[in-house]
Order: sequence, then structure tokens, then C-alpha cells
Amino acid sequence: MEQINIPEDVLEKTEVSDLLKRALELKKAGFRFSQAHASYIDEKFELSYSFSNYDNYGLHTLRIVIDPETEVPSITEIIPAAVFYENEMKELYGVKISMISVDYNNRLYRIRQETPMGPKKTGGEE
Amino acid sequence: MGNRSVIPFGPQHPVLPEPIHIDLVVEDEKVVEAVPSIGFIHRGLESLAGKRDFNQLVYVAERTCGICSFQHGMGYCEAVEHIFGVEVPKRAKYLRTIWAELARMHSHLLWLGLLADGFGYENLFYQCWRIRERILDLHELTAGGRLIFSVNKVGGVLKDIPEDKLKEILRTLDEVDDELRVIRSVFFEDRSVISRLKGVGVLTKEQVNELGAVGPFARASGVRVDMRTLGYAAYPELSFAPIVSNDGDSYARCFIRMMELFQSIKLIREAIGKIPAEKELEVPIKGNPDGEYFMRVEQPRGEAFYYVKGSGKPFLERMRIRTPTFANIPALCEMLKNADLADVGLLVLTIDPCISCTER
Amino acid sequence: MAIMKYAPQALKNLFLKPVTKNYPAEPAVYPQGTRGHIDISIDDCISCGMCVRVCPSNALSVDKIKGTWTINRFDCIACGYCAVKCPKKCLFVNPGYQEPKDGKPDETYTKSPEVLAAEEAKRKEAAAKAAAAKAAMEAKKKADEGQ
Repeated sequence: MEQINIPEDVLEKTEVSDLLKRALELKKAGFRFSQAHASYIDEKFELSYSFSNYDNYGLHTLRIVIDPETEVPSITEIIPAAVFYENEMKELYGVKISMISVDYNNRLYRIRQETPMGPKKTGGEE
Repeated sequence: MGNRSVIPFGPQHPVLPEPIHIDLVVEDEKVVEAVPSIGFIHRGLESLAGKRDFNQLVYVAERTCGICSFQHGMGYCEAVEHIFGVEVPKRAKYLRTIWAELARMHSHLLWLGLLADGFGYENLFYQCWRIRERILDLHELTAGGRLIFSVNKVGGVLKDIPEDKLKEILRTLDEVDDELRVIRSVFFEDRSVISRLKGVGVLTKEQVNELGAVGPFARASGVRVDMRTLGYAAYPELSFAPIVSNDGDSYARCFIRMMELFQSIKLIREAIGKIPAEKELEVPIKGNPDGEYFMRVEQPRGEAFYYVKGSGKPFLERMRIRTPTFANIPALCEMLKNADLADVGLLVLTIDPCISCTER
Repeated sequence: MAIMKYAPQALKNLFLKPVTKNYPAEPAVYPQGTRGHIDISIDDCISCGMCVRVCPSNALSVDKIKGTWTINRFDCIACGYCAVKCPKKCLFVNPGYQEPKDGKPDETYTKSPEVLAAEEAKRKEAAAKAAAAKAAMEAKKKADEGQ
């Protein structure tokens, strides 16, 4: 087994306004986009954007916590690979993401219910 | 400029066992743009996190995929174990490694068979699956299931592999090794294979990094990354280095997976040689998970991401699975640009698509 | 580059005996420990309901009074978690897969009459004891009030 010094995972809390700036900085620093996901906890959205450095296996996660009504800029301009992740967030949770480069308009997954995992409007899940 | 037209590819197509739809914009015989659409079989496994407790979710996570099922269960368990801060007994770690590598072998053999079928080499296809069947028999012998193992639990494993079964694994692997050498020479040297794979669907290292591709697909383009280096399970104690190729074409992807088969055989042999004779297979888990963790494991198809967040209740707040195929689709679409229409089926196969994983 | 690379193996395969079985004329052989289906030795069951609570697919139900254990074999995913969690270890995962059927019927196991009678007697005894205790309590209370 080759020995690599693997740095600790970083979880950085940031603001919506800084998201694009930080994403660009990370990309410039040699990180590549790994994944993004949303979760809906205590009536707030928690969005996580993970970037990994494949030279030393470091993982850097940007976390923004927002109200459901807040609009989030899309990072697809900087990172084209984020298209599916952002569409997924938008579709399953109802996160308001603006300016996705390829917007599937809630047609990524063929599901009957709108935003099944996000804030409940009427009725339950399933 | 030639005639532009749109040709739908999938969701039903002979090379695809699972539904994915791609709209191919073609100009004469060349693809100029590919627009994917998924979501035909979205199952919403992630939303089950609020309805099943964290122990039951092991079985849910396992059923994310039928082919890399073991690594899904393992990745989820390792993530929860990290939150609890427990160390799994040594023997359990080795058992997980053995099972994970067996699962990788069966997955790669399945893929090689499908690839052979994709370029029209029926004989080779059946030979690959014939070898794969022996690996599946080993799964059934050791874990009780041919595809779904159900041996993981948070804190360890449920079953031991006794000494005689370990010997049986070694014996079968010796035979499989010989049989694999035959098909390796066919895949690497046969003219019809080379003429279908060499130089087809080339992706550069920069493109792969930009589009976030993972796994053997990325390693074929020279990205030296293998999550087994992270040191989960027993990998830190085994001699292991990622297999990388710099060609970036379909042939390189076939090469990587073929070599990984032999690497897996080597790793299993080494693990069986080093496995400690302990009685303990699990550590007791008290209470409920409180905290969050990102776990990355290397599946046959690439890096899988598990995010688990608990808040001290038996029901998790969020379980997120990012499967490798989900990450590979943007790179696939880039690869399809400028490809021949006749190669599209083959190129879709070379990312080893597992759509059911993607639509967890 | 080579041509006919696979020919030797293909010729060899011609003369090997088939790797497949003539199923169902020849029965399938399962290794020991295959997770095929769940069996219960119902008379050892204490109807605690642990299996019902841990089942990931909600395939089980238990009736304590009637002494029954019900499984929907088509919901069951044969994960074996109920067998792991059973406090009396009376659930077993046995080889042999579920055969296809029309419909998805429940399968109910009932405890034998002797066991049921014994349980009934135990319950009656416990109820009688509880009633006696209650009566004694009330008598004491009355006596206290009387003082």
C-alpha cells in the first residue's frame, strides 16, 4: 500500500453570496467537483457542495444553510459537471436555483409528486 | 454541413440492461450533441431514511444496486461507524475486504461480458459470464446470497467465513486465474477486439477532471485515483496501488478493468493469508448516531459517496448516496460528441452504466 | 494483433460437458447457509414482536392472543435480520427460494393447541394473580379508610 498523507475532511460554512467565489477558488486550487446535495432539516435547506483533491484525497465541503425561499445561484457556469446535482436538488427538494445551464424543469426524474423530499405543502410523502 | 437529425437512443436498447435515454443529434453519421435524460425508474431510497431506523437502512442501502450491492452496504456501515467512532474488529475488516473484492470481480466480469456482447463477440461474452458464475457461487457459499450479501451490520459483519470456505475460495480463484488468462489474451490481442476499441471515445485527463468522472473510467484517462487508498476496511495492510492507463480510449478502459480482476485475485489471496483468527466479528453499538460524515468507497464502477447525518434519534435525518454512474454521465455525453453513430452503444457501455444505482 | 485468438478455447468448450444444469429435471443444489426463505419453529415463539419491528420491508405480523405469526413471502426480502434479532432464536433462514404464485397471499403459522392452552392458562393465572392482588389492595384501602 502506497503511503499518502490524507488531510482531514474540511467542512466550511459559507454564505450564498460567497458560493460562486469559493467554488471558483477551490477549482483554481486544483480541487475537482465531487457531488452536491441538499437536505431539509428544521425548516432550513442545508446545501453541501463537495470538492475533492485527487492528488492527496482531500475533501473540502462547502455548506450553506438557507431559508427555503432564498435563491441560490447555479455553479454550473464554473463547473459544468454540477448540472445533474443541481437539477436533483431543485426537483426533489424545491431549492430555488437560478441559471442552471441545462435546466430540466422538474423533468429529470419522472415522479408524480412535486418536491417529495422538501417542505411539505399538502398531504404526506409517498 | 450535412443533414442534422435527432435519433433517440434508449430507454430500450440491446446494449442497455437498464433504461437511460439519450437524444443524439447527428450530422450524417457523426454525433454532434448528446442530451441524456434519466429518471425512468427513480425509487426514492434516500427518502426512506426518515421511515426506517439506521440498522434497517443497511438493507436499504444494499439494495441500491444489484451488482455492487456489497460495497453499498459497506460504505453506509463505515459512514455510520465513523459517526459512532467505533473501530470494527480486524477480522471483520478483512472479511469485508474479501467480499468487496469478490464483488468487484463479479462486476468486472459482467462488464467484460457485456462489452464483448456490445461489439458482437458472443463467444467471449458467454465465456466471461461462465467465469463469473463461479464467483457468484463463491458469494452464495460464503454469504448466503448470490448478489445481495446482507452480511454487513453497523459495527461489524454478521457471518464468518470458516477456514474450509476460505480454502475453497483460494482453490476456485486458482482455477479462475487460469481461465482469465485465456480471455485476457483475447481481449488484449485479438484483432476484432482491438479494431473496435482502439482509439474509440478518447477523453483527456483534463476533460475527465473537468467533468468529474470517477473510477476505472477516469483511471483509463490517466487520473491516478482509487478510493481504496483512503484506507477503509483492510486495504491499508494490503499491497495495493491503483492501475492507471494514459490512453483514455475504450481499449484502456477494458485494460484497466481486466487488470483490476487480477489485482482483486491478488488482494483476496493476500487478505486470506493475513486474516487474523479472532472470534470477535462486531463491536456493540450503543445509542443512536449523532453527527455527520462523508464516506467515500471505491466501487467496481468508481467512487461512491455516502453522506449520513443523524441527530441522536434512531431515524437518520439524511442519507445521501452519490453513485459512480451519476458522476460519469456528463463525461459520457462529452465522449459521445464526434463519435460515430455505430459506436454509441459501445461507448455507453464503456462507462459501465448502472442506471438503477443512479436512480436510487 | 492476432486473429483466431479465441479459437482454441472455443474448440475446447465444444468437448467440455455443459456448465448448466438440466433444471428442473435435475434439482438445484444450494450450499448450506443460502438465504432462501424464513422458517419459524412456532412453538418456541413468545410473540414478542421483535421481528415485526425490525423487518425492513414490513412483511411480518404477530398476534399474541391468537398465537399466530404471519409472513407475506412476497414482501420478504430474505435479509435474515429478523432471525438475527429474534430473542428466542426460533426464526431460521433456510435454503430454497419462494416459488411463483398467482396473487401475494399471506402465510400464517399458528401455535399448536397444547402450547396455546399452556399460554392461556399462564395468562389466566397471571390475570387471577393480578385480580387477587388488586382485591387485596382494595381491601387494605378499605381497612385504612375504616380506621
